[in-house]
Amino acid sequence: MKKSSDFEFDDLQGLLRFGYGKLTDTCFMLLNIANVDLAKQWLNTVPINSAITKDPPPATAVQIAFSVEGLRALGLKESVVDGFSDEFIVGMAGDESRSRRLGDVGRNAPQRWKWGGNAAQVPHVLLLLYARKGNIEAWRKTVEGEHFSGAFLLLEELPTLYIGDIESFGFHDGISQPTIDWTQRQSTDIHERDSFSNLLAVGEMVLGYPNEYGQYTARPLIDPRKDKLATLLPNANNDPAWKDFGRNGTYLVLRHLGQDVAGFWQFLDKVSDHVPQKREQLAAAMLGRERNGTPLIAERIPGIPREDHWNDFTFDQDPNGNHCPLGAHIRRSNPRTGDLPPGVNGFISRLIKILGFGQRPDEDLVASSRFHRLLRRGRSYGPALAPEDAIKPDAPASERGLQFICLVANISRQFEFVQNAWTMNSKFNGVQEERDPLLGNREPLMSGEGTDHFNCPGQSGPMQKTSHLPQFVTTHGGGYFFMPGLRALKYISALPANGSDSHHDEDQEPDTKSYSQFSDSAATH
Amino acid sequence: MTPQSSFLIVATVRDGQLKNLRTLFASMNKIPGHADPDNELISFGRFDRLHVARFVIIEARTAHEIKEFGVTPRPWLPTLAFLGDIDGDVHTFLLELVEHAESGLKKIFSHCEGFSEEDQNLLEWMKANNINANANYVNWIGRTVRQIHEEAALHRSLSTYLQKVVDDDGRENVRALRQKLLSYVELEKYKGRLTLSPPEPTPREWKIRNLLHKIGIPLIILFLSPLLLVIAPFFALRLRMLERSEPELFIRPSRKHLAELTVQEDWDVTNQYSVFGDVKPGLFRLLTFKFILLLTDYFARHIYNRGFLARIKTIHFAHWVLMDNNHRVFFASNYDGSHESYMDDFINKVGWGLNLIFSNAVGYPTTRWIIKEGAHREHAFKYTQRRHQIPTEVWYKAYPGLTVVDLARNSRIRQGVEVRQSNDAEISEWLSLI
Repeated sequence: MKKSSDFEFDDLQGLLRFGYGKLTDTCFMLLNIANVDLAKQWLNTVPINSAITKDPPPATAVQIAFSVEGLRALGLKESVVDGFSDEFIVGMAGDESRSRRLGDVGRNAPQRWKWGGNAAQVPHVLLLLYARKGNIEAWRKTVEGEHFSGAFLLLEELPTLYIGDIESFGFHDGISQPTIDWTQRQSTDIHERDSFSNLLAVGEMVLGYPNEYGQYTARPLIDPRKDKLATLLPNANNDPAWKDFGRNGTYLVLRHLGQDVAGFWQFLDKVSDHVPQKREQLAAAMLGRERNGTPLIAERIPGIPREDHWNDFTFDQDPNGNHCPLGAHIRRSNPRTGDLPPGVNGFISRLIKILGFGQRPDEDLVASSRFHRLLRRGRSYGPALAPEDAIKPDAPASERGLQFICLVANISRQFEFVQNAWTMNSKFNGVQEERDPLLGNREPLMSGEGTDHFNCPGQSGPMQKTSHLPQFVTTHGGGYFFMPGLRALKYISALPANGSDSHHDEDQEPDTKSYSQFSDSAATH
Repeated sequence: MTPQSSFLIVATVRDGQLKNLRTLFASMNKIPGHADPDNELISFGRFDRLHVARFVIIEARTAHEIKEFGVTPRPWLPTLAFLGDIDGDVHTFLLELVEHAESGLKKIFSHCEGFSEEDQNLLEWMKANNINANANYVNWIGRTVRQIHEEAALHRSLSTYLQKVVDDDGRENVRALRQKLLSYVELEKYKGRLTLSPPEPTPREWKIRNLLHKIGIPLIILFLSPLLLVIAPFFALRLRMLERSEPELFIRPSRKHLAELTVQEDWDVTNQYSVFGDVKPGLFRLLTFKFILLLTDYFARHIYNRGFLARIKTIHFAHWVLMDNNHRVFFASNYDGSHESYMDDFINKVGWGLNLIFSNAVGYPTTRWIIKEGAHREHAFKYTQRRHQIPTEVWYKAYPGLTVVDLARNSRIRQGVEVRQSNDAEISEWLSLI
C-alpha cells in the first residue's frame, strides 16, 4: 500500500486535487496561438500550480489546458496526437452525431454557440486564473507578463462571478464529488464492488494510472529512442520502455451553460399557484436536494466520514423515487448505483442477481456509477438572483449561468455517457417523457413523444406531474481540452520551433503508440 | 399467444452492383439508416406483424485479422442480408411481403446473384435463400406488434385522463380513481377509440415443438453428461492453452469507420447493431461456439423470454448466425439507449455471457476460463466490437419512441385493467405506472 505522499503530486496540475474554492475570483481565457515561439517561451515560464499541498495555501493559481488544435499549433506531432481519444481529436462540436448524443440540438445546437461551435472556431488554449477577492487583475498582469499579447490572441474571456457556495439557480453547489483513491487502496475487482463507493481509482481522473477496470486508459506514448525530447517525460507505468505523454494529465471538458434563472423560478411559482412552500418543494424535487444542499434521502451508508454526510447516501432505500424522484438532477448525474442491485447477501443471492432473476421489472435499469463519475470544477457567472426576486416580473435581467468544467480520463465513458444516458435521456431509469428537469433540452422524440414533463412518484398512487417545462439551460459553447502534467507541459514548450514532424527522421517504424494497440499491455486483475 | 419468428434472407451481391444497391437503399431512408415507413419500395409501416427489419450489406472488413492466427483469409463476397422479426410464421409473412412489396423487393434482389427481375418466383427465391439463425432472442415471447400499439394507446389515453381526474378529485382515494379509469376504458372501447384484443390461441404445432425442445435439449445433455464429464478436463486444458496462446488484437477502429456507424445512431431511443467477423480457427473453437449458441438459444427461448436477458433489459430482438460454412459469424440486435451505454451494459452486467459467446471469434480480447476478463478489458473490447460492426443500410422499427421498459410497463397497465388488484397497495402501484 502506498502513502498518499508517494504520489507524484508535483507533476499534476493542482485542479485535479483542489477546487481552489478559497480563490473566489477567476479569469477563464480562451486563446489562440498567434506566435508559436513566443507562446512556447511563455509556456516555459508560466508558474502553473502543482497539486502539492502548501501551507499556507496559495493565494493565486494558474492552470492550463489545450485543445487538439492547440497541440497541433504548438507542433505536437500528428503521430502523438493520434494517441489521444477520438472524442478529443474530433472535438465536442466536430461531429453532428456527437451533438445529437449530447443533446446539443435545437437551441443548444453548436451553430448557435458563442464560441467553439465549428472546427474553425475551436480555441487553442484554455487558461484558468484564480486569485483571492479583488486580486485577479493584478494576478492576470503577473501571469501574462511581457510577451503574452504577442504570443496569444484572446478569443474570449469567459464570464465568471463568485456568488457564494451556490450556483445560479440558488442551490448549494459542488457537493457530490468523487474522492480520489490516491493511495490505490480500494480494489477495482468486479467481485468486490457490489455496492456504491464514493472512492474512485486515480485512473478515472488522471491518465497513466489504472482505472476502475484495473486498466490503463489509452493515451499517447512516445519512444524515447526516436524522440530525444521525450526523455523529459515520465515512464509509462505499464510499459517502461515508453515515455508517457499523458501521465499526470487529464481531459478537461468545458461547457458554457446559460441559465434562465428568472424563467426557472417564475415557472415554478406559476405551477405552484404562487405558494412559496410548494415552489420550494418542487424545486427541491427537481434537484434532489433542498436549496441548502440537504439531500431528499435521509439514509446513510457506512464507510464515508460523517462530516461528508451531504454526500453520504445512496438511493437503494428509495427504489421508486418516493423521496427523491427518479428523474431528479442529482439522481441522474450520479445514481449512486453499485455493480449489483441491492440485496446481495451471499453466494446464492449473488448468483441469482447476476443471472437477472428475482427483480422487479423496473429494477436494475441504471449502469454501475463508478465507471461514470466526473470531477467537477465549474464556476458560475452572472449576479446572484434570489428566488424571491426572480419571481417578480421586474426581475433584473442579466446573463447568468455556469462555466461547467469537469476532469475525466475517458471523455466518452464519463462525460458523454453521463450527459447522454443519464442527463438527456428521456427514458432514464424508466421515467416517462422527461429529461433532466434543470439541464435537459425539451426536444420531442422522433415519434413526437414529448420530453417536457417532470414526474414526482408519490407513495399514494398517481405520480405528481408537472408538464410543459420550458428549457432552463442552454449551451452557449464548449470544448474538449487536454490538461497536461507538468513534465508534459515542459515537453510541449520545448518542441522544435518549426512545427510538426520536422525532427521525424524519415523512420519507417512508428515512434509513438497509443497504449492499447499493444497486446502485452492489458493489466491483470 | 402468438409466438414470434424471424427471417434472414441472404444472397451475394452481383459484381459491380454494390454502389447501385447502396443508392437504392438510401432512397428508402428518411434519415441516415432509418427507413421511411412509407417508402415506395417496401412500405414497412403497412405490415402490422412486423416488429423490426433491416437490410445489411455484409462485408468482411476485418477478414485480414485471421492472419494473426496463421490462417489465410477465406474469400467473402459482399452479401445482402434482409432480416426481420415478426408475429406468427415466416411463410405467411413472406406471402404478405410478396403481395404488398413485390416490385420493390424484386428491384432490390435484382442486384443479387441468381435473381432476375423478370421471370423469378419471388416467394420461392426468398424461401430458398432464407437461413436459420443459430440462436434467437425475443424480449417477450408472445407480445405482438398489435398488442404493443394497443397498449401504448391505452397508456397515453389513461395518462391524460388520470391527470384530469387527479386535478378534479385529488389523488387520495385510489379505489375511486381506479373505478373511474376502468369505466373510462370501457367507454373508450365502446366508442371504438381503444381496442384491447385478446391474445390469439397458441398454435398447437408450435406448442408441441416448443415443449419437445424444452425437455429434449436437457435430456440430450443429460444423456451425454458422462461423456461431457470425461471430456471436461481435456476441454479445460485445451481452453487454457488456447487462451494463453491465441493472439489478441488491439486495433483501433478508424475515425472514418466510426463516423459511418455513428451517423446512423441516436436518432431515436432504440438503435440497431450489426456485427460480422471470423470464427477462430480450429474444431475446438467451432464446437465450443456451437454448443454455447445452442445453450443461448435454449435459455432465450425457455427462460429469458419475459423482458430480460440476464441483467439486460434493453434488447428487443437479437440473432446469432454462423455463416460461410461455419467460418464466420453475424450478430444483429436492436437495443435501447446509445451505443456506449449498450456496451457498458454488456461489460458490467453480462460480461461473462458475452465472453462465453464471443471469445470464440477472432479479435475478441483474451479471456480466462472463458468467462473472466474478455469484455472487462475495456478498450480492447470496445475497439474490437466497433471494428467488426458494419453499417445497416436500412432499419425499421414498428414502434419508435418505445423502449423495452416502456413495453413492459404498458403491458402491466393493461393487466391492471383486465385483472383487478386485491388491495390498496396494489392499486397504488398500478396507478403509479400510469
